[in-house]
Amino acid sequence: MADLAARNESPEILFWVGCAGAFDDRYKRVTRAFVRILEHVGTKYAVLGLEESCTGDPAKRAGNEFLFQMQAMQNITTLNGYGIKKIVTACPHCFNTIKNEYPALGGDYEVIHHSTYLQQLINEGKVGVTGGESFKGRRITFHDSCYLGRANNIYEAPRDVLAALDADLVEMKRSRANGLCCGAGGAQMWKEAEPGKKEINIERTEEALATLSGKAEALANLGGVETETSAPGPHDLQGSIIAVSCPFCMTMMSDGVKNKEQESKVQVFDLAELVASAEGINA
Amino acid sequence: MLQSILFLLLLVAAFGFFAWQVRKIRANILVGRERDVSGNAAERFQKTILVAFGQQKMFKRMTPALLHLVVYVGFLVINIEVIEIVIDGLFGNIFGFHRALKFLGPVYDLLMATNEILAALVIVAVAAFWWRRNSNPPLKRFTGPELRLWPKMDANIILYVEVALMLALFFMNTADLKLHAMRGEDLPGTFPVSNLLVGLLPTNEGTLHVLERLGWWIHITGILLFLNYLPSSKHFHIILAFPNVWYSRLVPQGQFSNVESITNEVKAMMDPSFVVPPAPTAPDGSPLPPAPFGAKDVEDLPWTNLLNAYSCTECGRCTSVCPANLTGKLLSPRKIIMDTRDRMEEKYNSPLIFRPNVYGAEAKHEPVTDLMEATLLRGKVTPEELWACTTCNACVESCPVNINPLDSIIEMRRFLVLEESAAPNSLNVMFSNIENNGAPWAFSPSDRFNWADDLFAAEKAGATAVA
Ligand code: SF4
Ligand code: SF4
Repeated sequence: MADLAARNESPEILFWVGCAGAFDDRYKRVTRAFVRILEHVGTKYAVLGLEESCTGDPAKRAGNEFLFQMQAMQNITTLNGYGIKKIVTACPHCFNTIKNEYPALGGDYEVIHHSTYLQQLINEGKVGVTGGESFKGRRITFHDSCYLGRANNIYEAPRDVLAALDADLVEMKRSRANGLCCGAGGAQMWKEAEPGKKEINIERTEEALATLSGKAEALANLGGVETETSAPGPHDLQGSIIAVSCPFCMTMMSDGVKNKEQESKVQVFDLAELVASAEGINA
Repeated sequence: MLQSILFLLLLVAAFGFFAWQVRKIRANILVGRERDVSGNAAERFQKTILVAFGQQKMFKRMTPALLHLVVYVGFLVINIEVIEIVIDGLFGNIFGFHRALKFLGPVYDLLMATNEILAALVIVAVAAFWWRRNSNPPLKRFTGPELRLWPKMDANIILYVEVALMLALFFMNTADLKLHAMRGEDLPGTFPVSNLLVGLLPTNEGTLHVLERLGWWIHITGILLFLNYLPSSKHFHIILAFPNVWYSRLVPQGQFSNVESITNEVKAMMDPSFVVPPAPTAPDGSPLPPAPFGAKDVEDLPWTNLLNAYSCTECGRCTSVCPANLTGKLLSPRKIIMDTRDRMEEKYNSPLIFRPNVYGAEAKHEPVTDLMEATLLRGKVTPEELWACTTCNACVESCPVNINPLDSIIEMRRFLVLEESAAPNSLNVMFSNIENNGAPWAFSPSDRFNWADDLFAAEKAGATAVA
């Protein structure tokens, strides 16, 4: 960004990478996939690079309002300094914080989550999701991220993106506004869970696997009930996908799949990766 | 005449007593912190109509929604008859009339008929409600450490009273019907259910008269007693659901409240020219003691959250969708809300019969018996509950009366972190990572752009990727 500013240019959008997008090895691949898409469609974008800092979301959710506001004001100063108007991010937590909590501290931007952005690109015909990998007939289930869904009422954009892939989209029983958390929000990502019967991501992964294998209907009550994933459902899990649109959901669901020893059959992908693969431009 | 005077006294006493109890609750709610709820009347009105009046969020679960609808509509319609009962009770005996609304003619027929059918359905619905709570095992959301003793008894008392009121109504109507039939008169109104019951009553005119009066008095006295029971009960939601939805938050659920005092401090730190606005003062101009960051006790919570606590129906929809609770953690959003109410009753005013919940070992909280030392956080809510929350908003989404348990949870976390530095250690590590590295993980800030390495090494040399 500093570069662009030096040349007195301004980008169409600022891509807010987020800490997970910048540091998490798995999510870096998503960051690159999204950048590939931006380049593919010729969007004039910029990133803050080293000038980006944590939005402060985990601090705020954990109750450290002081640290949150320090981070927020610092970022707002940077963003306002460059006259940023429009921000796209792949992280629902960054999205929520910048969109809803920065305005009260002096940061007013048009903030778009990458699922909405991808949906727009598809609607405009800029990405046709052809030419790359075909998802025809593969079973995909979408895990709603709390900070995209309930927190900001975005339920259809990611589904529209997946629909464009021509895959076989199956819904979990707990989806959209009734979606179940992956267990990482509210700063849980950085601490051990409190004592309980089960980890939340295991519960959620079991539901996803049951849904993908076509067994979910047979489960009497998903809430807290042990779900046995080893017995095969009517569908083979091989090649099925759990789609996410959040770095934390990515980690939690991937860990869950590993815990259930299904990683050879079921993969967890972000929307951006799926679109990039379908376009044949994956990084 | 004597009956009229008695009735007048009863009415005055009942409403006076009710007003006295409501004032106490109002005072409890107003100990809370300011929260700006001004403006947006149109949006609030629409929400109230949809969510409170129209029960929009109840219809996420069909069976309970329909059962609840019966009881709710029954309540509304039967209240029209209560107006008649009051008029009859005050003036009927003096001026010698009976069933004051009969002048409505066919509308009256319809009203009475609807009333009776609804009353019968209410009995059916209440029986179903009772079964869901008292069968073995009960419906899962009616269990939990917060739903023992008084809350459990309260729920059943409500059901029993509702049945008793409906039976008294049938008693009154049936006796009246039979009395009129025996005198060869026509009773105004249509009574589909009572018609079926006429045969069950004796045929002595004097006895019938007594039975009709008895039914009448039991019905209205029961209603007035129930009115005065409400402030001690979760059934208070039939009134508070409306203001509670009206004052509920209109911003996106993901947007957490902003702590303005901190904003001022941070601004002052970052910009030396920033002038911190003067601290609020008491009405007499003396400085107020500084308010703590976050909430330790009820008066540190916004008043809207305290209104929440009195509006809770203890239905457990929040807890039944809470991922932490579902996976066996201690957290139950319903308990947080009920604890808030219990704490207000314990510390401030209490209506007639309210009993704060006392937890056993299963709630795992530290026993605090000294009222001086007790707070909401000490002895009611435990840090373990608070730290289990993923802030997923499922509880907020599910609450049929728009209660926001998450808001109180965050306020209490703020207290733990900012006032007591009592966050779990791993979170303290995360905080210092953000402070030192600008990221919650222990990565070097200079590595922040490494993701782009193999993507466009050339551009990165110039420090920025540009398409
Ligand atoms: S926001 Fe917290 S309390 Fe509410 S459902 Fe989610 S985890 Fe449970
Ligand atoms: S907070 Fe709402 S959902 Fe939870 S028990 Fe109370 S009324 Fe029910």
